[in-house]
Amino acid sequence: MSAVAQSVGGVTVATEGWGWRPAGRARWALQDLDLHIEPGERVLLLGASGSGKSTLLHGLAGVLGGSEEGDEAGRLLVDGAAPGHRRSRIGMVMQNPDAQVILSRVGDDVAFGMENYNVARQDIWPRVRRALSSVGLNLPLAHDTSRLSGGQQQRLALAGVLAMNPGLLLLDEPTANLDPAGVLEVRDAVAAATEQTGATLIVVEHRTAVWLPVVDRVIVLGSEGQIVADGPPGVIVDRERDRLTGAGVWVPGAPLPEIPPRRAAPGEPLLTATDLSFGHRGGASLHTGLNFEINRATTTIVTGPNGAGKTTLALTLGGLLPPHGGRVDAALTFAPTPDRLEPIRWRSRELLTRIGSVFQDPEHQFLASTVRDELALGLRALKRDRAVVAEVSESLLERLRLDHLADVNPYTLSGGEKRRLSVATVLATNPEVIVLDEPTFGQDRVTWEELVRLLAEITAAGTALVAITHDGDFADLLADHRIELAAAPSQAPAQATR
Amino acid sequence: MTADPAVVPAARLNPIGKLATALVIAAGLLPSLDWVSAAAALTMEVALILALRIPLRPLLPRVALLVLAAGLTAVTILLYGESSGVVHWHFLLITVSDGSITLAFATFLRVLAIALPSVALFIGIEATELADGLGQVLKLPARFVLGALAGLRLVGLLGQDWRYLGYARRARGVADHARIRRVAGQSFALLVFAVRRGSMLATTMEARGFGAYPTRTWARTSEFGWRDSALIATGLVVVSTAIALSIATGHWNFLGSH
Repeated sequence: MSAVAQSVGGVTVATEGWGWRPAGRARWALQDLDLHIEPGERVLLLGASGSGKSTLLHGLAGVLGGSEEGDEAGRLLVDGAAPGHRRSRIGMVMQNPDAQVILSRVGDDVAFGMENYNVARQDIWPRVRRALSSVGLNLPLAHDTSRLSGGQQQRLALAGVLAMNPGLLLLDEPTANLDPAGVLEVRDAVAAATEQTGATLIVVEHRTAVWLPVVDRVIVLGSEGQIVADGPPGVIVDRERDRLTGAGVWVPGAPLPEIPPRRAAPGEPLLTATDLSFGHRGGASLHTGLNFEINRATTTIVTGPNGAGKTTLALTLGGLLPPHGGRVDAALTFAPTPDRLEPIRWRSRELLTRIGSVFQDPEHQFLASTVRDELALGLRALKRDRAVVAEVSESLLERLRLDHLADVNPYTLSGGEKRRLSVATVLATNPEVIVLDEPTFGQDRVTWEELVRLLAEITAAGTALVAITHDGDFADLLADHRIELAAAPSQAPAQATR
Repeated sequence: MTADPAVVPAARLNPIGKLATALVIAAGLLPSLDWVSAAAALTMEVALILALRIPLRPLLPRVALLVLAAGLTAVTILLYGESSGVVHWHFLLITVSDGSITLAFATFLRVLAIALPSVALFIGIEATELADGLGQVLKLPARFVLGALAGLRLVGLLGQDWRYLGYARRARGVADHARIRRVAGQSFALLVFAVRRGSMLATTMEARGFGAYPTRTWARTSEFGWRDSALIATGLVVVSTAIALSIATGHWNFLGSH
């Protein structure tokens, strides 16, 4: 039993020949790492995926686990002691907003950490209020956490961490899954909090442009888990530009990829929305009276703030969710039979060659136990010849650089590989319309560029693309048409539970 | 955090007291199968519900469901229950007799009498309050209580996962046939998601110091006062009066012994 350390300000972080090898792996994720970070320093940690950035953060947070989780070499020191002995001074925020919320009321969630560190009850609530206001989350304490946006959830997690007066703030891609407004919300909240408390900050993030203005040191990890560059932000980013770009890091001012010029005139319409209203099954309609066409060889970009119903529109266009009102009709030549023009009335197999859907979370659409079978699944459902199945899947494996992973379980792939696979499964059956929901979310620069090129290429070949996105560069490069969804008007006003 | 004077008496009671009261009444009514104890208990329960001013708007739909369930049980017993006395109607396996009519009526009242307190008292209990009560009043281990509480929040996310897994199966061209196999596969995928979300949540909780010390403080008090003791005492009075009445009138039927 121990009281919370009353000290304020930042802590010193040191690694002495530290290394970590996850259980069952031959290769060390990190090895012989020697680092020294002064109290109050704000560090941006960069490197290719798989370079051990997250491992280092988890190690410093003391949540890597014991010897059954892996082997440790050397020492990690936070204020001169093992992280396990400094836990009340260390706060971590991770990437996935869903996984950051613990309890169902905003106030309780912020109080959770303090309860665990035996903070007296009368001290808890003032600190909860202070933490919430320092991240700009001015909501009733009883507000339901399931009704927060992604940006709000991440700020809540940050408040939960700040309420414990941490001397070390560890952020593992805290803004990768947020819309542009959410990214700035969280970044500014972090900057203000570290300014106020003097806490040491270590942040891992691919999108450097967002974080460079608020850090004073950049450390780059190499693919073997060693330090390849360390210094002030401007100097390091200039000097390591090529290496960073190659490692998938977004460096400010990097040129956008060249893509083939688009056709001047749009192709004929494949899908026509007439007076369309849509929403969740059994829920209120999010939008009404929409009229638009989806044309061959054209990319339609759908944008709008979080909660505007973009994903619901994607499901409706994909023939997966019935419209609330109005119609989505396929062109006569595109529909399987003239009496069933609406995609929602098509059979599952009829969708395969007509409308492909790429979901926001690739894992939702994995069905097979190997990458190769995943690609073959749709073709087998279409009863294609065995030789054709093999040929198409092999060529896709090669084209999307997944051939060395053909026999691996899709769930074990990295984020970028999962995204490539989910796109490849749709391409396998060659649909004429492809609907993509946030295809570039959380992707590093390398995967991003590949996706842009690939999508430009298939549009040029005649496919109609519909992409839901927050990503400005992506939209600017590919958009032929744009649909801008306003915030859904029917969202109930925020109110305290009970 | 502070008690709102406008709230009804029921909302000021500790969830643990409510839980105990519902259990006391159920335990007292389970052993017998007569209509007198059930009817007596039911009458007193209704009075208690009115006295506690439990809001009717959420209560009535739940009671309607309960009546439906009790009614269905009663009909089953009416048609197939052990027959005795005058037989009124007979068709294949169906026999309606004096005995089965009495039994059906008694069962109907009993299902209501046992379930009504739980249904009424649990209205408005939030998982958080229950967890506070379990941890502070019953002193159950915080690991268990908070683990369950945080896990409960994942149920909503899993519902969303389930819908997306369904959409994905349709989009991938495998939703036309083999419905049972598909549901089995989808359930397995959901299980994978559940484990994954669970372990991410565990890391988040651990990173915020969950389990770092053997003790913890509680941001909200969960107090067990005289009101809560009084509620449990009332529950005891309800069952004992019901049982006493039943024994006095000679209807008490311990475990269906006659």
